[in-house]
Amino acid sequence: MSASVTSTERLQRLLALVPYVMSRKSVGLAETAAAFRVSERELVDDLNLLWCVELRAPDPYCPIDLSYEGGEIVVSQAESMGRPLRLAVDEASALLVALRMLAEVPGLEDRSALSRLIAKLETAAGEAAAVSAQVAVQVDAHDRRAEGYAAQIRAALAARRRLHLRYYVPGRDEATERDVDPMRLLVVEGRPYLEGWCLRAEGVRLFRLDRVLSLDTLDVPAAPPPEALPVDVDQGLFRPSPDDVPVVLELSAAGRWVAEYYPCESIADLEDGRLRVVLRTPDTGWVRRLALRLGEDGRVISPPSLVTGVRETATAALANYVVLSAGTRGSPAETVTR
Amino acid sequence: MSKRKTERLLGLVVCLLSTRRYLTAEQIRQAVPGYPEQADLFKRMFERDKEDLRELGVPLETGLNHPFDEDPGYRIRQQAYELPELRLEADEAAVLGLAARVWRRAELAGAAAGALLKLRAAGIDAAGLDTSDERPAPQGIEPRLGTPEPAFGPMWEAVRDRRPVTFSYRAAGRSDPQRRELEPWGVVNRHGRWYVAGWDRGRNATRVFRLGRIAGPVKFCGPPGRVTVPAGADVRELVRDWDSAPAQERTALLRVRAGAGVGLRRHAVSVHPDDTEPGWDQVTTRFADVGWFADYAASFGPDAIVLDPPDLREAVIRRLKGVLA
Repeated sequence: MSASVTSTERLQRLLALVPYVMSRKSVGLAETAAAFRVSERELVDDLNLLWCVELRAPDPYCPIDLSYEGGEIVVSQAESMGRPLRLAVDEASALLVALRMLAEVPGLEDRSALSRLIAKLETAAGEAAAVSAQVAVQVDAHDRRAEGYAAQIRAALAARRRLHLRYYVPGRDEATERDVDPMRLLVVEGRPYLEGWCLRAEGVRLFRLDRVLSLDTLDVPAAPPPEALPVDVDQGLFRPSPDDVPVVLELSAAGRWVAEYYPCESIADLEDGRLRVVLRTPDTGWVRRLALRLGEDGRVISPPSLVTGVRETATAALANYVVLSAGTRGSPAETVTR
Repeated sequence: MSKRKTERLLGLVVCLLSTRRYLTAEQIRQAVPGYPEQADLFKRMFERDKEDLRELGVPLETGLNHPFDEDPGYRIRQQAYELPELRLEADEAAVLGLAARVWRRAELAGAAAGALLKLRAAGIDAAGLDTSDERPAPQGIEPRLGTPEPAFGPMWEAVRDRRPVTFSYRAAGRSDPQRRELEPWGVVNRHGRWYVAGWDRGRNATRVFRLGRIAGPVKFCGPPGRVTVPAGADVRELVRDWDSAPAQERTALLRVRAGAGVGLRRHAVSVHPDDTEPGWDQVTTRFADVGWFADYAASFGPDAIVLDPPDLREAVIRRLKGVLA
């Protein structure tokens, strides 16, 4: 028996075990052990413990009678333990919050099932459902185009068809064209993504739906190769590779948001609320663009080539304005018609 | 884990479920095996057991069978204990399987698994109800809710139990964290980040905080039930308003190098070749926040030049000069 299980956790299991068997009339040991995530030996210990429960007063009696002969569990008597315990507040909230989040997921066609289920669970949970109203999750897909793309992706998944994508890569400010064999529609960190095998990159890639410029379903069957493994989204979406270039940035207090938005390898506090962060990236192009938008709130410290690159780009950009001012004398805006 | 304790707690639940009358502590001691004879030891153990059952959500009732009874008694009303009858259609059960995966390894994963176990114990079966299943969802859709912010756990408890909290908070752009005392009304996930909205006692005003900016522990500073969520308070709306200050939209005119500035063109109102500058386009677009849009325009470097309005143009030049400062 795992040492981490407390007496109350085991009690919870025992209280669920009796109705689990009773609602199924009889059920196999192996199947039950799997459902309760215990070994068969642990399950047999649980069954023996239930069978041994004894009350002594007013007259001694055993309220629970069961057997598991031949590997089939049957509960023939269970007093008033035949139904599971009500949902606790945490339990009801976990499910209801998850279901209400699903209601915001674009392209979900089972909306009627979803609202029926929410209503049933709210009724079953009773008072325990109330707190869940104090938790809300918003999914960023209230853009009609993303909604349409999500539905199209789900249809392509069901029909196993290849997709053609025009996709915007902000780091390089590029519109790219690619064929993708869809694998899943993910909703992670509040955003919908297409996960698929990108034939151009020959790898599994994630595509943010709000960056899709256009989407076509091709008359070609999708066939992700065996090496196309789904991304373990629970480990974070973007994991740097050891080959990536380390970039050191210093951020002012106003630039601290960078550490919240991008996965940093390390974050160190400096004086005055300043931060020194290390990011790893396969492509320093987006860091250059980040440095330009940060202005004096962020400074690239290394690598030196990037430090020079940022300065050169900023100088070239400023030169545009100087030329323009010289050429149009002061008020270039006058030529603007709206 | 103690097997004896589990047996005793189980006996206690069965005993109190099968009685209609309230049983006194003494009657319980006689009926349920495992309690010590010694009065003070028994009392302490019984108190702890009651606490444990209440934490599990077992509705333990206290009352008197007769107005003249001296000692209070205990019972568990079956109706209050039992999960009400619940039948799911196949499509509803499939959606439940999807919802079961949402928390995965996040804060409420254990609670979600506990809920599913009870529903399965009520006879509900469906693919995907086993939360330990690592395979991708059969529906091809995989929604996830993460709670990387350490403050989420205590803040959720505070919201659930209506307890005021205190924490140290580093507001955006501020160098020093500040102590805040909050009556939390609710938590909201927006753009994948968690926020808490409530009444800031120090500021005497409604405030929203991003959980990721809380530095150090969240501490309770009052007993459960001390917070009242005002009727009509919509935490979702509070967070949305805080996050996106409604601003007047304005029009910007930019000169963008042909073939570049895809990001600017994506949301443009109009794009046409610049007659005065071959190799460039004139791009008209809408923006709301000068600071934000100036930063964005600056990120295109020499590929984009803001022509109008002047305040936006000045802001871009300032940004670019800041890079060289």
